[in-house]
Amino acid sequence: MTPRIELRPSPHVVKGASVEHIMFHVVLALLPIATFSVWQYGLSALALIVVVTLACIASERLFNRLSGKPSTLSDWSATITGLLLALTLPPSFPLWMGAVASFTAIALGKALFGGIGCNVLNPALVGRAFVQAAFPVAITTWVPAFAPRRFSEFVPTTFTAPLMTPPDIAAWALQAKSVLDGFTGATPLARWKFENVLATPADLLSGAVTASAGETSALLILLCGAYLAARKFMDWRIPVADLGSAALTALVFQMIDPARYPDPLFVLLSGGLMLGAVFMATDMATSPVTPKGVWLYGALIGVVTVMIRYFGGLSEGVMYAILIGNALSPLIDQVTQPKVFGAVKGKKA
Amino acid sequence: MSLFPFFRRKTFSRGVHPDANKRTAGSPIRRMPFASRMILPLAQHIGKPAVPLVRAGEEVVRGQPIARADGFLSVPLHAPADGVIEAIELKPSARGPWVESLVLRVYEASTQEVRWANPCDVESLSPKEILQAIQDSGMVGLGGATFPSHAKLSVPAEHKIHTLIVNGCECEPYLTCDHRLMLEHPADLMVGVRLAMRAIGAERAIIGVEDNKLDAVAAIRECLPADSSITVQVVPTKYPQGAEKMLIKSLLDLEVPPGKLPMQVGVVVNNIGTLAQLGQLLPAGQGLTERVVTVTGPGIKKPGDYWVPIGTPMRTVLEWAGAADSGEREIILGGPMMGQAVASLEVPVTKGVPGILVFDQLQIEAARQVWPCIKCGECVNACPMGLNPSMLGMLAVQREYEEMGTHYHLGDCFECGCCTYVCPSHIPLVQQFRVAKGVLRGKAA
Repeated sequence: MTPRIELRPSPHVVKGASVEHIMFHVVLALLPIATFSVWQYGLSALALIVVVTLACIASERLFNRLSGKPSTLSDWSATITGLLLALTLPPSFPLWMGAVASFTAIALGKALFGGIGCNVLNPALVGRAFVQAAFPVAITTWVPAFAPRRFSEFVPTTFTAPLMTPPDIAAWALQAKSVLDGFTGATPLARWKFENVLATPADLLSGAVTASAGETSALLILLCGAYLAARKFMDWRIPVADLGSAALTALVFQMIDPARYPDPLFVLLSGGLMLGAVFMATDMATSPVTPKGVWLYGALIGVVTVMIRYFGGLSEGVMYAILIGNALSPLIDQVTQPKVFGAVKGKKA
Repeated sequence: MSLFPFFRRKTFSRGVHPDANKRTAGSPIRRMPFASRMILPLAQHIGKPAVPLVRAGEEVVRGQPIARADGFLSVPLHAPADGVIEAIELKPSARGPWVESLVLRVYEASTQEVRWANPCDVESLSPKEILQAIQDSGMVGLGGATFPSHAKLSVPAEHKIHTLIVNGCECEPYLTCDHRLMLEHPADLMVGVRLAMRAIGAERAIIGVEDNKLDAVAAIRECLPADSSITVQVVPTKYPQGAEKMLIKSLLDLEVPPGKLPMQVGVVVNNIGTLAQLGQLLPAGQGLTERVVTVTGPGIKKPGDYWVPIGTPMRTVLEWAGAADSGEREIILGGPMMGQAVASLEVPVTKGVPGILVFDQLQIEAARQVWPCIKCGECVNACPMGLNPSMLGMLAVQREYEEMGTHYHLGDCFECGCCTYVCPSHIPLVQQFRVAKGVLRGKAA
């Protein structure tokens, strides 16, 4: 028998990396953060993470069906979108609103552009931006971390019926107040901005503050990010540029008016900057590909984040900063094309 | 070897590090017997095909010229064995189309002795005579480029060449034919290097060898002349170190401008195998009738480096080296990064075939699902030419070929395959670029 001869174009060997492989490791890196969030906020956080992630997966499947394409669930990207989205929402966020955010993320953020790789904006942030505008109260309603009864009962808002006003959570939050001093129902950034009270770095590092589900432990996020960077599943230059430029901008402002502006450490550790810099700004599809472009993009997000925090109407600026960076990244790519081998600088080859 | 690890050897930017898989580096080159029938395409080089000097039915002896060069950019062809010309007809070629070839039926009693030679004293030759002798030997770039060697060594008057670079990188995985030649024939290599230096008027020659072949470096150093006109420099093992422009950058820190030849910066690059064989053939006055071929890969039972007579059909080589004869397989002429897969076992070993690689089922299945570009930028970080393969790939899908050529420097791509090698979406970027170049060439013509 004559053996079958296979014909393929060169190169005939590949490195063995695959989209599946990269995305799966991002999911792995997100799991410790999600677990920590559940430990901090209890059942409500668990329910939110599960529902939002499953809703993203279901939406992805729906759009696969509608477009008549094979399922893309195996590439894990919808799972990542779901996890990230859940981690940026307040733990007490009503589940039905979370599902709306998921659907919007996949529909407007991803499927509309043609699926994985084609999206211009980070899908998770598109989803979050939508619910930020649609449900401004729910998305700024915070619960205390480490509430004593967090594993025995849900936060009342979690099971709000769709289209109904969420119940008041003051009574639920009160249980924590007896244990934890000073719970005010506002994030450290909001407290700094509107009440001029600064949280301590120790609280920020350990997560003993009110915040979105997955934003609280800067240390854990950095560790998981370091894992991804070490395995080369993430471009380390983006978080370095992002955090570096944010710190630098904060430092400049602090030198101008130390009484008014907080120290760079507070800026780095508070809010969603760490999660955004490590897991969202680094989304491959929506960040530039050129080496110079990557640095520029990271730095831009850092500066815009601080600007929004200091001068914008919102207390948090990471989401819009990254979305702005995403929108600009095609342009950044255009103006930072690498130098062609042998070409003389400044002269068109 | 440097004392301080942070004193890194100079090299070009970016590139990739594929698994070397150079399993055949440790064993000596062996001889492969004559096939019963050999196929000799008239165009085994870049340029005009050779013109047959024999008719069907004519008897030839090993080493006899059987086709002559047609003009300057062309080389002659020599009979690889004693035998009779059966036919001059169309035969399948590596790239697919059937090409005009001489078919030689080899006499069973044919010996390894070369019966047609014109020995000369190479020391007394003028540069012009050297070039003529090189053309007469039928020599082409044996690394795979197959550009006629005499043409490559002919320097126009407006260029002054200061350095001859001898390319001993052999950066393609699996291949070890150059490595073995350096180890076993360093003296021939020196003769070849000096002839080439005289032909181009260069005062020095640098032999660049990757640092995974330090035994070859030692072997060459033993033979270096006392006047230090020829030196060996070790360069880091990195693909595509053996690409002309990359090696010039690594050794001399010179960048050849886009679309220009190395002559532009006063350099001529020659492959180590080419010069080693020239050093053997020119003094003996013989033609190129055989070459070293690395026969290897997971589908080969007796991998090794072989002296293979030019014209030996793939089928004979694979039988000799013990290829499995059932199941799916991929047969590649050259290395795994830039080699050409062949469709027919009748395709012969030609002058530009440095290796025959057989991949079996496992490697074939490695070609998996293709995803859309996720813009990870791996290809941009791998392209040694500083191109943006990600952007080029997206333009290729939209058939924006003109845009690729004018704004994204498609013409500078030399198809090394680094982008496709690293792509996590498994997009066949290099193939897209080949198609785009073909379309642009068609439009220009």
